Amino acid sequence: MKFGLVLEEMHRSENDLAHHLLTISERHKVDHEIYHLARDLARWSQQHVRDIAAMGKNYGLDLDPEPRGEMGLMETMREKGSEMAGRRPETGLLLLRDLRELYLKACGVSADWELLAQAAQGMKDKDLLALAEKCHPQTIRQMKWANGKLKESATQVLVS
Amino acid sequence: MTRIDRIAEPWGTRTPYGSGGEWPVRVDTHLAEGVAPEDVDRWVQTASLLHSNGDAMDIAVKDKRIVGVRGRASDRVNHGRLGPKDLYGWQANASPDRLTKPLIREGGKLVETDWDTAMKRVVDRSKSLLAEQGPSAIGFYTTGQLFSEEYYTLGTMAHGGIGTNHVDGNTRLCTATAGEALKESFGCDGQPGSYTDVDHADVIALYGHNVAETQTVLWTRMLDRLAGPNPPKIICVDPRMTPVAKAATLHLAPRPGTNVALMNGILHEIIRNGWIDQEYIQAHTVGYPELEKEVRNYPPALVAEICGVPAEQIQEAASIIGHAERLLSTVLQGFYQSNQATAAAVQVNNVNIIRGMLGKPGCGILQMNGQPTAENTRECGADGDLAAFRNWSNDAHIKDLARVWNVDPMSIPHYSPPTHVMQMMRYAEDGSIRMLWVSGTNPAVSLPELARIRGILEQDRLFLVVQDIFLSETAQLADVVLPAATWGEKTGTFTNADRTVHLSEKAVDPPGEAKADLDIFIDYAHRMGLQDKDGQPLIKWHDSESAFEAWKACTRGRPCDYTGITYDKLRGGSGIQWPCNEENPDGTERIYADGKFWAHPEYCETYGRDLITGAPVDPAEYKALNPEGKAIIKAAEYMPPHELPSQDFPLQLITGRTLYQFHTRTKTGRAPELNAAAPDVWVELSADDAGAYGIAEGDLAEVETPRGSVRAKVRISGIRNGVLFLPFHYGYWDTDGGHQPDGAGRAANELTITDWDAASKQPIFKTAAARITRVSGGDAPSPAPTNTASAPVGDFPEDARTRGIATALADEATGTAGGAR
Repeated sequence: MKFGLVLEEMHRSENDLAHHLLTISERHKVDHEIYHLARDLARWSQQHVRDIAAMGKNYGLDLDPEPRGEMGLMETMREKGSEMAGRRPETGLLLLRDLRELYLKACGVSADWELLAQAAQGMKDKDLLALAEKCHPQTIRQMKWANGKLKESATQVLVS
Repeated sequence: MTRIDRIAEPWGTRTPYGSGGEWPVRVDTHLAEGVAPEDVDRWVQTASLLHSNGDAMDIAVKDKRIVGVRGRASDRVNHGRLGPKDLYGWQANASPDRLTKPLIREGGKLVETDWDTAMKRVVDRSKSLLAEQGPSAIGFYTTGQLFSEEYYTLGTMAHGGIGTNHVDGNTRLCTATAGEALKESFGCDGQPGSYTDVDHADVIALYGHNVAETQTVLWTRMLDRLAGPNPPKIICVDPRMTPVAKAATLHLAPRPGTNVALMNGILHEIIRNGWIDQEYIQAHTVGYPELEKEVRNYPPALVAEICGVPAEQIQEAASIIGHAERLLSTVLQGFYQSNQATAAAVQVNNVNIIRGMLGKPGCGILQMNGQPTAENTRECGADGDLAAFRNWSNDAHIKDLARVWNVDPMSIPHYSPPTHVMQMMRYAEDGSIRMLWVSGTNPAVSLPELARIRGILEQDRLFLVVQDIFLSETAQLADVVLPAATWGEKTGTFTNADRTVHLSEKAVDPPGEAKADLDIFIDYAHRMGLQDKDGQPLIKWHDSESAFEAWKACTRGRPCDYTGITYDKLRGGSGIQWPCNEENPDGTERIYADGKFWAHPEYCETYGRDLITGAPVDPAEYKALNPEGKAIIKAAEYMPPHELPSQDFPLQLITGRTLYQFHTRTKTGRAPELNAAAPDVWVELSADDAGAYGIAEGDLAEVETPRGSVRAKVRISGIRNGVLFLPFHYGYWDTDGGHQPDGAGRAANELTITDWDAASKQPIFKTAAARITRVSGGDAPSPAPTNTASAPVGDFPEDARTRGIATALADEATGTAGGAR
């Protein structure tokens, strides 16, 4: 059965999304809403990683329940870098690039949840379906946040 | 007639009344020393501009000077009563340090000039920025203290003329969450309740609303109910021992930042016990199943853990609310300026919605305002929203507004939500906003993290225009300062927190060359040559009454319909509640009667936002969810605050107001009776914490957060353990520092965090992690008032209790008739 691959991919992509959210948070510390919200929303993906790892056991998979760690020194350097570059106009373009990438990553994770929910229905696995029903709406909210922020920030960055 | 010290007794003498009865009239008067009522030349009608209650009053004029005030017996809001700020605050108008001439920066210094020179600087810079960068270079930041006519002119000029999306008011700091919470639950702004609900309610629940200090006359109304037959039960949610908490049947003092958990716990119990109106929910709402599901996760035992409130208190609160027959819920800064502001305020709406308690006498919600004219900032679009609650993401609304203004719809910026002030500061920081015009507010004291704000406002590359009545901390940083007229010196209308519109007439001339804000905006629009699409001037009005008529036309058919109101109708008698139109010629006391809302997809002001992420809801999604425009029940999960106590900063700092001061004290600090009652900053902590840190009443202490420090004298009060309180009023204009600290910090916002609610964009002033250390011993108690939330606990010297200076005696007259209301 190919289902194991879906779960492994799901585990990888949620880890990646959480990590990207944390990176964006650090890189845009001077954009305070991005900084705080990205951290809040990373926690959702980190919880998904734990939930997927627990679910993996049912399918004989050994997935790491601990979300990919934050990098202490790099994190601080990025935050400092953000504070130093905060008065330069180029940071706006970097923000748009990061939000665009975040949006695409969240879309990917959302598609992964679709796949997983379809498989769960095929296998009549209620626990798995419940997991998708719990997590997928949060992924969509992450996606909409990225999209909303992108729209909100674009005009000022691009026409100023 | 009795003489009474209204500093010592801020709420005056009781006039008890029972449920459903008429609140008796009590006329309060304060005149300058040596002036008797018969000496007064004229009485000029107005209402209070020092809080959001809208107390109607007459200004006494003698020899072309303001010499006092008297409450208006016939007005529905106050039935003649006035609060201490109303009674004494008028004296600030005549302060010798009023701005009387325009100032421009020359060689690094502000120097006096004439209007032509000052306006030319503003216009030249505006034009060159528009040519070079476009409208995104220009931002407007206004206040909650101008008049409707002025906000509407500013909004029209900025949105329809300049074409910038960067327009906001300092109402962002006080009332943004009130507006957003109403929009989320009812699809549109608009206060569901009415002050008369106090007359009928059998339960009044106040959430983070210290009404005793923020709207003293509304509290007087509640006190008179409490003193009469069948008094209402009072529930108070507040971490401080406020006068409301002391009078309450039940006081819950949650850990700061946990309001959503608390509300979910209360909703959990209400739903579990079936204290809900199923029929109402079925007929008039959408979204109930999500709420039921969400609050299942918040049993009282868990909530008790999160909030630090006993589970029994949560159950008792739910039981009192659940058994209420007429429930009035009110909300203010304890929710609005805290973690998850909108989500928490929306849960209060949910309580009344699922109990079916809306639109009937005693059944109401008052999402309160902080500032006197905050309602108008919201209605007129000076907070960035579009005029008359039009929906920026509904093309038909944009087209309609373009018709009213006779401009091309494309020239009204509506491609994204309006830029809120914290984002404007960020754009000024990154250099993309290059001109900021601040009118009637003082961001250099009132915004969070002041070192950062000063750093932004001081930049050479930012052209800062400040329009004010005094040389505030912000004005000291300006490139151009425009001297404005204020209350009593110009005519206009404004609307209080329960939709009551009052006329405020000019009583005296403004000092020197100071001009009404309306005249300044119109002058700018003409000098800029702002035109409609036919080449006619965009601003077609020339004075306050013609501006009001233009504003009325803009509101036709919208929820805040003013078309039935005229200046003449507002003269004499009482203020009028909107909507007032052909259908409701005398105004409308309660909206949302019969479960009818303004939430239809074609009519609503907004499609809403995600309460956690703030992401706008897609129009198609809203239409699918709420095709018939019912009330929207929105659930929210609890998210912990972004800054939690740590080993280095083990306490939580909250900031707030005191009864005797307003905003950054520009006026109240210049009224001797008020200033003497609360002359300087203090810090509150609990007796347990004081013991643990070895700090005594009156000691000098240093309060620190990761962002700065403030020194203040200590008041040991009834505040929750682990929480510190600082009043935010105290800045630097009356210190040697001028606009910034000279040595130790004094402004509470040196310490606050740059963070805001994602839905309402209201900054969070109530969850900073902090520490306190004793600096030195004191020789007297701290200067904090003793008859408010800062009341001392334990032994306290009688002669140090708050009382008025010699001139604080005011008159009270009871037993007079009120006239038509």
